[in-house]
Amino acid sequence: QNDGYRTLSLSGHVGFGSLPDQLVKKSIKQGFCFNILCIGETGSGKSTLINSLFNTTFDDPVSSHFLPRVQLRAQTYELQEGNVLLKLTIVNTVGFGDQINKEDSYQPIVDYIDAQFEAYLQEELKIRRSLFSYHDTRIHVCLYFISPTGHSLKTLDLLAMKSLDSKVNIIPVIGKADSISKTELQKFKNKIMSELVSNGVQIYQFPTDDETISKINSTMNGHLPFAVVGSTEEVRIGNKMVRARQYPWGIVQVENENHCDFVKLREMLICTNMEDLREQTHARHYELYRRCRLEEMGFRDVGPENKPVSLQETYQAKRHEFYLELQRKEEEIRQQFVQRVREKEAILKEAEQKVHTKYEQHMLMLQEVKMKLEKKRKVLEDEIAMFIEKKANVEVLQSQASVSTPPVSVKKDKDRKKYVRC
Amino acid sequence: GSSLEPEEHSMEPPAAPEEELPLTEASGPAGCQLFGYVGIEAVLDQMKIKTMKMGFEFNIMVVGQSGLGKSTMVNTLFKSKVSRKASQPGQEERIPKTVQLQSVTHVIEEKGVKMKLTVTDTPGFGDQINNENCWDPIIKYINEQYERYLREEILITRKRKIPDTRVHGCVYFVPPTGHWLRPLDLEFMRRLSKIVNVVPVIAKADTLTLEERAEFKQRVRASSREAPGVPRVLPRPQLKPCILQIQADLKTHAISVYPQEDFDLDPDDRALNDRIREKIPFAVVGADQEHQVNGKRVLGRKTKWGIIEVENPAHCEFPLLRDLLIRSHLQDLKDITHNVHYESYRVRRLNESNRP
Repeated sequence: QNDGYRTLSLSGHVGFGSLPDQLVKKSIKQGFCFNILCIGETGSGKSTLINSLFNTTFDDPVSSHFLPRVQLRAQTYELQEGNVLLKLTIVNTVGFGDQINKEDSYQPIVDYIDAQFEAYLQEELKIRRSLFSYHDTRIHVCLYFISPTGHSLKTLDLLAMKSLDSKVNIIPVIGKADSISKTELQKFKNKIMSELVSNGVQIYQFPTDDETISKINSTMNGHLPFAVVGSTEEVRIGNKMVRARQYPWGIVQVENENHCDFVKLREMLICTNMEDLREQTHARHYELYRRCRLEEMGFRDVGPENKPVSLQETYQAKRHEFYLELQRKEEEIRQQFVQRVREKEAILKEAEQKVHTKYEQHMLMLQEVKMKLEKKRKVLEDEIAMFIEKKANVEVLQSQASVSTPPVSVKKDKDRKKYVRC
Repeated sequence: GSSLEPEEHSMEPPAAPEEELPLTEASGPAGCQLFGYVGIEAVLDQMKIKTMKMGFEFNIMVVGQSGLGKSTMVNTLFKSKVSRKASQPGQEERIPKTVQLQSVTHVIEEKGVKMKLTVTDTPGFGDQINNENCWDPIIKYINEQYERYLREEILITRKRKIPDTRVHGCVYFVPPTGHWLRPLDLEFMRRLSKIVNVVPVIAKADTLTLEERAEFKQRVRASSREAPGVPRVLPRPQLKPCILQIQADLKTHAISVYPQEDFDLDPDDRALNDRIREKIPFAVVGADQEHQVNGKRVLGRKTKWGIIEVENPAHCEFPLLRDLLIRSHLQDLKDITHNVHYESYRVRRLNESNRP
C-alpha cells in the first residue's frame, strides 16, 4: 500500500527502524487505560473472575439480591507490571437480573456506555481541549456472564446483548463453569453460539488479519464462549500453590486448561488483544456513536445542493444553538425573577393593607373614646355650673337668713360643709 | 508470544509500594499489588505490531537560501535521492522570483518499518533583494496543512486514519556567515517557531570554520560558498563562541526552537533535552558522495586537504542532527506538532469562525 508514491531504496542505515520503540516509550510514559464492564446476575462469579484474571484482590463488597434496579459501580485501580502502568477500571452491574420485572435491566447499562462516549465527545468538541491527558472511561470490553444452566441463553441475555452489540465489544463467558460436565459443555457452547447467530448478535471476534496472531485468534474464536472458573483461594498441588476450588470429590484448578478456559480468556483479553479492543472501541463504536450524535444535533457533512458544509457554518450553527439555549435559559430565569418580585410585592401590599386597616380601626376607636370623653366632660361642666348656681343661691339665702337666726348657722354650716363636700 | 503456564516471575514491586486502599464512593485509582505474572506487558508488543502494520508518516520542511546545501542535507539524512539537487555545477541556477514550495513524497522502508516521507523545499527563500514577507508563503503552507487536517477531523463520517500532511519539523539553514543571526533569520524563526517545530542548523559548517579560524575576532560575513576549505571542521571549543552567540540571540528575541523547554514532560525529559539544547544549532556538513577512507567507504566531502567525513562526530555535527530528527525524537516531533501546534491552530480557527 504505497498510495502510488515512489519507493526509494536506502543506501545505508538511516535509523528510523527505532520508530516503534520511540512510540512504545512514549506510551509507557503516558500509561495505559483499560476499562472492563462485567454484566451478569448476582452471584455469577464476576468479582472472583476479575480477581483471578489480574492476580490480585480488588476490594469489592458483596452485593445483595434485593436492589430495586440495576446499578453500575465503577472502580479504578492502578496496576503495574514491569514498566507498564495500567489504569484499570472495572464496572460491575449490581442487581442485574434480580428484579421480578426485568424490563429495564439493560437500559441503565446502555445509558452508562453512552454517557462515557458522550463525555469523550464533549471533550473532543471543546475549543480548548486536552485529549492528550484525558482519562478515557469508555468501555473497551464487556464480559457477559452466562449462567451455567447447560441449556440455552435466557431471554434477558439475548435482549441485553442485542442492545449492546453495536456499542461495545462483547465477549460472552460462562461463569462458574465447573458445574457443567465436559460433554454437556460443548453442547451448551454450540447452542449458545447458534442462538447468538440466529438472533443477529454481533459479539467480538478476535482479529485474524495479522499473521503473527491470526492463527491463535481464529482457534480461540472457535472456543467461544469461554467457560471460566475463578477462585480467590489457593490449594497446594505438587509443590506449588495454585488458584483452585476444592471440592470433596476433587480440585478444580483455575489455570489448568483441561479444567476450564480461564487461561484462554486471560490470553485473549490481556496478552493478545488488549490493544485491538481499545482500538475497536475508539475507531468503530465511538465513531458510530459520534456520527449518530452529531447528526442528532443537526450537523451535516453535506448541505443542501450536495455542497460540503463549511467549517464556519458548522460551528456557527452550534454556536447559534448554544446562544439560543443560553437566551432561553436567561429568559426563564428572568421570568422566574419577575414572578418572585411580583409575589413579594403582592405580599407586601397585603401587609400594608392590613396595617392601614388596623390604623383606621384604631383611629375610629380613638374618635369614639374622644367623643365619649367629650360627653362626660360636658356633663361634668353642666353639673359644675349647676352647683355654682346653687351655691350662689344658697349664699344669697344664707346672707338673708344670718340677719334673722344666728344659732341655726352651726347646723347650716355643717350642712353647708356637707353639701359643698358632695 | 505469551506463555500459557503462569511464570514464576519475581515481581519487582513498584517504586512506591502501593497499598490496597479501602474503597470509598469517590476514591481515585487504588494501587494494587499483583501476586503473579498477568501478561499486561504484552500490550507493548501488541502496540508495536499495530504501528508497524500501519506505517508512519513524516513531513519535513527545509528552509534556507539557495546554495546552502539543503537538498544534499536531506539526501544525506535519508541516505537516498530524496531531493533532486538544485543545480549541477556549471549550470545557471534559476532563482524563482517568489518563494515557491515544492513537496515530494516517497516511501522508504527499514527493518520492516515503512515510512511515508514528505520533504518540502522552499526555493527562492531569502534570495531576493527585498526579502520582506518571504516567510508568508511558508506560513500559509503550514497553516493549510493544519486546515486540511482539521477539516477531516471535523467531518461526521471521518476516515479511520486521517492523512497527515502537517509539517512535523522545519529545518532552518543559517548561512555560515559569522557570529550572529541576521534580521531575516530572526524574523523567520520568530514567526515560525510559534506554529511549527523549528530546528536551526548552521549550514556548510566547514566554511564556517575557516571564518572562525582566520578572523576570529572580526565579524566578517562570508561571500563565497566555495571558499577554500580546511580538511576539518573546528573542534567544538572553537565553534563554541558562535553557537553561544546564536543561542543568546534566540533567547533575547524569545524564540523557542525545538526541543522547546515548555514541552518537557518530566525531569528525565528535561535532562535529556537540556543536553541537546546546549548544542543547538548543530554545525552540519552535507555530502552524498562516498569516498574511501582508511579502507572504509564513508560519506564525505572531498576538499583539497582531505575528506570531511559527514558521519564522524569529530568532523561535524551531522550525526547529532540525524539522531535528533530520526533516531530519538521523530515521534516527539510528531507529538508536539499534533498536541501543541495543531491544537493552537484549531483554537484560533474555531474562535475566529464564531465572530458574528
